[in-house]
Amino acid sequence: MEKFEKLHGIAAPMPLVNIDTDMIIPKVFLKTIKRSGLGVNLFDEMRYDRSGNEIEDFVLNKPQYRKAEILVAGDNFGCGSSREHAPWAIADFGIKCVISTSFADIFFNNCFKNGILPIVLPQEQVDLLMKDAEKGENARMTVDLEAQEITTSDGEVITFDVDAFKKHCLLNGLDDIGLTMEKANAIESFEAKMSQERPWV
Amino acid sequence: MSPKTLYDKIWDAHVAHEAEDGTCLLYIDRHLVHEVTSPQAFEGLRMAGRKVHSPDKTIAVPDHNVPTTAGREDPAQMTEESRIQVEALDKNAKEFGVHYYPVSDIRQGIVHIVGPEQGWTLPGMTVVCGDSHTATHGAFGALAHGIGTSEVEHVLATQTLIQKKSKNMKVEITGKLKPGVTAKDITLAVIGETGTAGGTGYVIEYCGEAIRDLSMEGRMTVCNMAIEGGARAGLIAPDETTFEYVKGRPHAPKGAQWEAALNWWKTLYTDEGAHFDKVVTLKGEDIQPVVTWGTSPEDVLPITATVPSPEDFEGGKVEAARRALDYMGLTPGQKLTDIEIDTVFIGSCTNGRIEDLRAVAEVVKGKKIKDGLRAMIVPGSGLVRAQAEEEGLADIFKEAGFEWRLAGCSMCLAMNPDQLSEGERCAATSNRNFEGRQGYKGRTHLVSPAMAAAAAITGHLTDVRELM
Repeated sequence: MEKFEKLHGIAAPMPLVNIDTDMIIPKVFLKTIKRSGLGVNLFDEMRYDRSGNEIEDFVLNKPQYRKAEILVAGDNFGCGSSREHAPWAIADFGIKCVISTSFADIFFNNCFKNGILPIVLPQEQVDLLMKDAEKGENARMTVDLEAQEITTSDGEVITFDVDAFKKHCLLNGLDDIGLTMEKANAIESFEAKMSQERPWV
Repeated sequence: MSPKTLYDKIWDAHVAHEAEDGTCLLYIDRHLVHEVTSPQAFEGLRMAGRKVHSPDKTIAVPDHNVPTTAGREDPAQMTEESRIQVEALDKNAKEFGVHYYPVSDIRQGIVHIVGPEQGWTLPGMTVVCGDSHTATHGAFGALAHGIGTSEVEHVLATQTLIQKKSKNMKVEITGKLKPGVTAKDITLAVIGETGTAGGTGYVIEYCGEAIRDLSMEGRMTVCNMAIEGGARAGLIAPDETTFEYVKGRPHAPKGAQWEAALNWWKTLYTDEGAHFDKVVTLKGEDIQPVVTWGTSPEDVLPITATVPSPEDFEGGKVEAARRALDYMGLTPGQKLTDIEIDTVFIGSCTNGRIEDLRAVAEVVKGKKIKDGLRAMIVPGSGLVRAQAEEEGLADIFKEAGFEWRLAGCSMCLAMNPDQLSEGERCAATSNRNFEGRQGYKGRTHLVSPAMAAAAAITGHLTDVRELM
C-alpha cells in the first residue's frame, strides 16, 4: 500500500449530506475483477450525462477542482454498501483525503486499506474547511498525518484525531495481512481452544 | 463480574489477540462470499501465494449478477462482464476448495438467505461477508457485518479481522404491532427515527415484546437494515424461536453437539444492568405501515402522510430533501397514497423469504395486478422458490399477473438485467432507495411485502390496511 505522510493539494467542496456508495461508484462499475481504473467513473451519474458528456457544474468537472486531492464532504459520507470499489475509485481519481463530520463505518475502514485518510471533524471546522475549499485551486490545504494537523490556505491550523494503529499503517504503507500473519500463534491457540469449547463451529 | 451485553459476550468469545491500544484480532466463524466483492481478494491471495485459511468455514454463492429468468444457465443471458465475474467465483471456489452453491444448484440464492437456510449461521457466531447486508445474520444472535474486499482477503488468509470494539446501542420495540404492520415497518420506522447515521459506530441490539413476537424471517428483515441506520451489525438474542428454526438444518450441530451448543446459546443474552451507550425506544402500537418518499432510507413516513417540503428540515438535509424531491418527481403536500407506480419488485435479502411471499399471497389472492403494471417476485433462494410452489403461492402470484422468477438479488441493486428505466417508479421490498440504485434515474419507494402487494393491485402507493 502507498504511504500517506503529508499532503499539500487542492480541496474540492461537496456539501451534500448522505453521499452514498451508489453515488460514489454506481453498480455498473462493480463488474470489474480488478481494483484499478475506476477513477474515471467516480461519481459517474453526478459527473456525466447519459451520453457520457461531463456535467459542467459538477464540482470535479470544474477546471479548478479537476486535480483535487482532498474532498470536504457533507455528513455521513460513504453510507450504503460495503463496496471497496468506492475508495478504489476515489484513490484512482487521485483523492487521498476525505474530510467530513461523519463517515459510514465500512467505508471508513475501507479507506485506510487503500491509502486514503478519512478525517472526522466537528461541524464548525468542516464548515470552515468547506469555505476554504470553495476558494478553488488557489486554496491549497496541507494535511499532515504525522502531526495530525490540517493547515488551511490562510494558515489556520486544525488538529484531528486518528486511531494510532491505523495511523501507523498509513504512515508506513503496511499490509494488514502480513501484520496479522505475524500473530499466527495466537490464532492457532485460539482455534485449539475453540475446538474444545465450541466444536460445532 | 460486571454485567455484559449480548454484543460484549459474543465479542469476548472471539478475541484471538488484543493489542495494548485495544485493536483486536477477531476470530471469524463463517465467511460468506459472493461474486462481486471477492475476485480481487482471491487474486490477492494468488499473487502472494497464500491459501484460504479455513475453506470449511467459507461459503460462496453467486447472487448479484445472476439473471432470474428461465434458461439462465445459458451464459448468453449475462453481459460479458457479469459472466466473467460469476465464472471467476466458480473458478476461485474450486481452486481454493470452499463450499460452493453454483447457479445450477437448487440451494443457490442470495447469500444472506442461503447462510441461515443451510444452517451455516448459528447463534453466537461471528459472520462476515463482503456485503453490507450481512447484518441480516444478527437475527440469530450472531455478530455479523459487512466488510470491504481488502478485509475479505484478510479473512480468507487469516480467518480473523482487525477490529476495535463498537459501542452498544439498544433499540427496544415495546408492546404489540397493529394488523398490517410488519418487521419491515419496524426497521424502517427505526431508521426514520434515528437517521441513516444514527447507528454509526454502534452495534444495535433489538429487543422488546414486538421483536420477541417476530418469526426468524421477520427478525432477519429487522437486522438486515441495521446498516441502513448506520450500524454495522444488528443483533437479537437467540430464544426458542431461534433454536426451533436452526434445529435440523443441514449444517446445524446434531446429537450431543446440539445439546452442547444449545447450552451455550442459552447464555447469549444481555445481562440485567448491562450498559448501553445509546437507547432508542419505540412503541409497537405506534408504528404504522410506512413508505419512503426520498432517496435515503431515513426518508420514512407513514403511508397516511403527505410528501414533505425541504423547509420541514434543517441543516444539510434541506438541500438533500430538495434534491431528493426533484429526483423522485414529487411535490410537497402530495398525498403519498396518490403516488402512482409503474413497477413492483418483491424480493431481496430484506424480504425474499417464505414468510414474505406468504404475506404477498394473502393480499393478492384472487385479485389481479393493475393493468399495465410490471410486477415481479424474486424468491431469495431456490429452496424458497420450491417451497412457495409447494404451498401453492406461485400459482396465486401467476394468476394475479406477477412474473415468478428464479433466485437472486435482482432489482434490489440491478446488477443483473432486472432494472428500472429512467423515471420509472417502483414500490420495492428491498433496502435502498438511493439515486440510481434500481437503475439509472429509477425511483424507489421502500415498503413491506404486504404494502408492495397492495400497490401492485391498485397501481399506486396504498395503505394495505384498506385491503385487509
